[in-house]
Amino acid sequence: MGKHDFVYFFQEGVKNMASHRLMSVTAITMTVGCLLIMGTFTLVAVNAAMNLSTLSNSNEIVAYVDEDWTEQQARSLEERLLAIPNVTAARYITREEALEAYTEENPEEELFRDLDPGIFRDRYALTIGNLEQISITARNVERVPGVAKVNYYEELASGIITARNVAAIVSATLIGVLFVVSMFIISNTIRLTTYDRREEIAIMKIVGATNGFIRWPFVYEGFLMGLIAAGIAFLLQWGLYEAVAGAVADSDTQRLFQILPFRRIWLPVLGTFFGTGMLIGIGGSLTAIRRFLEV
Amino acid sequence: MIRLKDVELEYDNGTKAIQGITLTIEDGEFVFLVGPSGSGKSSIIKLLTGELLPSFGRVMINGFSIVNLKDRQIPLMRRTLGVVYQDFRLIEKKTVYDNLAFVMRAVGANPREIKDRIPRILHLLDLDEKAKCYPLELSGGEQQRVAIARALINNPSTVIADEPTGNLDPDRSMELMRLLIKINQMGTTVVVVTHARELVNRFGKRVVTLDEGLVTHDAVGRYVGGRRYG
Repeated sequence: MGKHDFVYFFQEGVKNMASHRLMSVTAITMTVGCLLIMGTFTLVAVNAAMNLSTLSNSNEIVAYVDEDWTEQQARSLEERLLAIPNVTAARYITREEALEAYTEENPEEELFRDLDPGIFRDRYALTIGNLEQISITARNVERVPGVAKVNYYEELASGIITARNVAAIVSATLIGVLFVVSMFIISNTIRLTTYDRREEIAIMKIVGATNGFIRWPFVYEGFLMGLIAAGIAFLLQWGLYEAVAGAVADSDTQRLFQILPFRRIWLPVLGTFFGTGMLIGIGGSLTAIRRFLEV
Repeated sequence: MIRLKDVELEYDNGTKAIQGITLTIEDGEFVFLVGPSGSGKSSIIKLLTGELLPSFGRVMINGFSIVNLKDRQIPLMRRTLGVVYQDFRLIEKKTVYDNLAFVMRAVGANPREIKDRIPRILHLLDLDEKAKCYPLELSGGEQQRVAIARALINNPSTVIADEPTGNLDPDRSMELMRLLIKINQMGTTVVVVTHARELVNRFGKRVVTLDEGLVTHDAVGRYVGGRRYG
């Protein structure tokens, strides 16, 4: 395709869009809506995955050692604990260290001052690899002789896992459905243009225009609609994301659920929006024009 | 050159439009294709433009075999033809200039070629003043001349005119025929499908008469045929 063809096809694409202004605006609006829904669910899934990963890194199983065991016996447990699948590290914490940490965490509670370390147990802080396996790992740890009790944030872990899985499934389904819906809408809009220009297409064919030449203006039309929709959707998604991130930052949930700053993800989001928008537009236009090229 | 050899054409509904035609039109010839309604004239045009394929036989046009034509060769074959229709088939929302420019663009002409060639064709057809007019602002004769200009704009070796005088009064029809003769004299093969007996008889060109899908008469001179035309 030469430079002149590019300019011509582009102009024709814009003219096509302008000739069905209302339909074009409707198609763009619907595509913006679809992209926004797709984007929102994808970003929820991305944030849930990020939180899950953070939690995996920071979440620990605390294994309390039987009070009757001596420190030497307790320290000998490390090897057995590390042999448990999914346990990636084991850090021994003496009761004195545990008391110190407890006092540091609650500096204003006078009641907890001057406590006897004897009320605490020696313990192991176990780092795990896969958060989804935390319950099974905890049960395996509990079975080790010398481990009196285990403690971990089971509900928090399972809540985030559920959120991530639901968001991933919903976003995957929605992406599929909304992609097809958007393509269908753009396809119908372009079909209207092709119907309006069927005489022109017939003349082009009879004078020897190639299918490619006939197809390009409509492809540009779809491409432009997809591009405009992607641009608008990106700006709206940005605003929406910042609003939700702001609301989360102002609430207590911030301690549990971190939101990725938009400045860190804007480029992939922009790329995905434009890529999806263009695919929807081009796919829709190719579907629309196919029938008119037979003859 | 146009060559039809034992050509038969049967439509999906069972109608036998052409029942075994053999016909040769040499380069540079002027031929009237005449006959009553349903005689197969329009079907031959569709075979020549590649819109239909014969049920049997061979169709050759300007070096292309229609039967063996690959999809990507169809546009190349059509670029050797210029087709003029009875109803002009101009694009109403484009000016005369744009009607011609877009068919040049369709075959890959660049803006300079378009700028150079359109004024010359418009001049040839006495349409210099009409470049900026829209088709509906023109008379029937002028619209038909624009249609001829469009058929000629890509410099085809053959012009096929399907009932070109059907929507014109006798004076405009005569004028149009003279124009087609002039185009033929410049070296272009011209095939005119018509049932305008008076016009055909006036020019003394080769006349191929069709009836019920067969060639019933092929000679230089007059329109021969007894059935009603329409």
